[in-house]
Amino acid sequence: MSDTETELKTSKENGTTMNEMSTSGTSAAVADRPLGLETRGVHAWFGSHHVLSDINLQFPERSVTGLIGPSGCGKSTFLRMLNRMHEFIPSAAMAGEVLMNGNDIYAPEVDAAEMRLKIGMVFQKPNPFPAMTIKENVLSGIKLANLKVSNHDEVVEKCLTRAGLWKEVKDRLNASGGSLSGGQQQRLCIARSLAVEPSILLMDEPCSALDPGSTLRIEETIHELAEKITVVIVTHNMQQASRVSNYCAFFLSDGGPGVLVEADATRKMFTNPTDTRTADYVQGKFG
Amino acid sequence: MSQVDTATSVVPIRPWVASRRSQVKGLITPLMIGVAAFLIVLFTGFAGADGFALLFFLLILAMSFVKSRKLGKTKLKNSLFNVVITGGALLAFAPWLSIFYSLISKGFHGIYLGYFYRDMRITAPDDELNLGGVGHAIIGSFIMVLIATAITLPLGILSGVYLTEVRGRLTRVVRFVVQSMSGVPSIVAGLFIFTTVVVTTETFSGFAGSLALSILMLPTVARTAEEVLKLVPEDLRAASYALGARQWRSSLMVVLPTVRSGLTTAAILGVSRVIGETAPLILTAQSISSFKFNPFSGQIASMPMYIFALLQIGTEYSMARAWSGALVLMVIVFLLFVVARRLGGKDKR
Repeated sequence: MSDTETELKTSKENGTTMNEMSTSGTSAAVADRPLGLETRGVHAWFGSHHVLSDINLQFPERSVTGLIGPSGCGKSTFLRMLNRMHEFIPSAAMAGEVLMNGNDIYAPEVDAAEMRLKIGMVFQKPNPFPAMTIKENVLSGIKLANLKVSNHDEVVEKCLTRAGLWKEVKDRLNASGGSLSGGQQQRLCIARSLAVEPSILLMDEPCSALDPGSTLRIEETIHELAEKITVVIVTHNMQQASRVSNYCAFFLSDGGPGVLVEADATRKMFTNPTDTRTADYVQGKFG
Repeated sequence: MSQVDTATSVVPIRPWVASRRSQVKGLITPLMIGVAAFLIVLFTGFAGADGFALLFFLLILAMSFVKSRKLGKTKLKNSLFNVVITGGALLAFAPWLSIFYSLISKGFHGIYLGYFYRDMRITAPDDELNLGGVGHAIIGSFIMVLIATAITLPLGILSGVYLTEVRGRLTRVVRFVVQSMSGVPSIVAGLFIFTTVVVTTETFSGFAGSLALSILMLPTVARTAEEVLKLVPEDLRAASYALGARQWRSSLMVVLPTVRSGLTTAAILGVSRVIGETAPLILTAQSISSFKFNPFSGQIASMPMYIFALLQIGTEYSMARAWSGALVLMVIVFLLFVVARRLGGKDKR
């Protein structure tokens, strides 16, 4: 019990930092504005292994939040909890609330499939559907969720353009998705997740397997996306975090469950962080 | 310009492939050994093809021993094992070749164009071989296997989907039932359909035959489908769920299309499992010597029953007809394999 109490204390401290950071935050959600996202006291377990402890974070709308931290600190797990992909792991368990526009997405009445339409995800490894063409891949989300769209070609062009892939593939839309290079496949996956028009896009190290050129393209795409939707990105790359994100959240695990050390505007995190561990990490002293 | 010139003047070569000359050179030794073995068989007590094969093997083994003895222990071992392993591979081919050989040599007498579209209604089993045919049996087998496939394929794929996608509470039970079903003797499947369907409908029928075949086909299809579906990367399921797909749509639109060629293989394996089955048909579809297209009433012919019946008569011509039937059956299975491979093999990758 004493453990939980100390965790609660840290969380309060963290909560304050977050509130300072997002004063312009999510409270007022006007109809055409993207949905706000917030976590309250989120924990995660795999079996009896406690991997995340008491994470309180708010994700400001139309911005990019980078989740940074060394391997094994639970940032990917945290990301997967934001659209309930966590529950596909058989031994997984959780506690706390993930609020989308003020409503807990883990509430029993919530339809997970419907919720994931609004909170899309791009994975670490490019995973286009091998049995589909490039065009079918882009439209797959619409088909899978049985959405009605009047002009398919328009959607394909728009999404591929937003993902920075249109020029390269416009002449071979009927080629297999697997025939593209790794970087192109990843951008195809981004286009695919944009086609269902999510309000929030979660990206799990989307550039970890890509060359610098493709990485740059995807970062440009993320910048453009942030004008309309909320992006949360997990990254191991400090330069990428500083280039691409408006806000950063630093996770750390010292053998026990991962905790949120500090969250703030990216510039402050990289120049004048409050916690010395954050300073050490962003300067590359460990991790 | 100069770049273009060099590009055209460079000849592409493949230095990792053995040259024609060294290939020919490599053939000389086995050829000489073959001749030697043949001569020994001709002039000594060794006899026949098996004697020749044994001699050939031993001589090659001795030759490679002599050749690589000076090259050190490792090379000696390597070349000896090479000979033994190649010999083993060829030996495994032997029964297959033997079956093929005997089918062709004994079966081809009875084959003429009419054999494929005539039936045995007005032809006695030991009439001349240029009369009658196997057409009715081909049609009968085709109808029954088609119905059995139509029943089994959806069921088999669905149970595969249940075991790998839904992973419901009954997963273990379903897997156990499927596995124990594959151990059901074919005659028992026939008996089961006889007591349940043939007795209640009071008629033998092609449909009853199909049901009996389905019982035998289902475990093969279901297990193959499960194995194939297991190979679908978890990534793809995750990707479709992250797009807001419900499970059944994800299974139907992402998982199943990904393994289309594997599911085709499952269907072929099922068909080839049952197309030659005789025992379940004895009690259900029986046999008939004329064409029949209605599978719902009365006996119907089939390839295995045609072969079985003619073999039992045991006269020279009836046996020849049976062999021809067996040859046709084998060719049909072979063609099915080729066609299904073509249809299912076009995976977009």
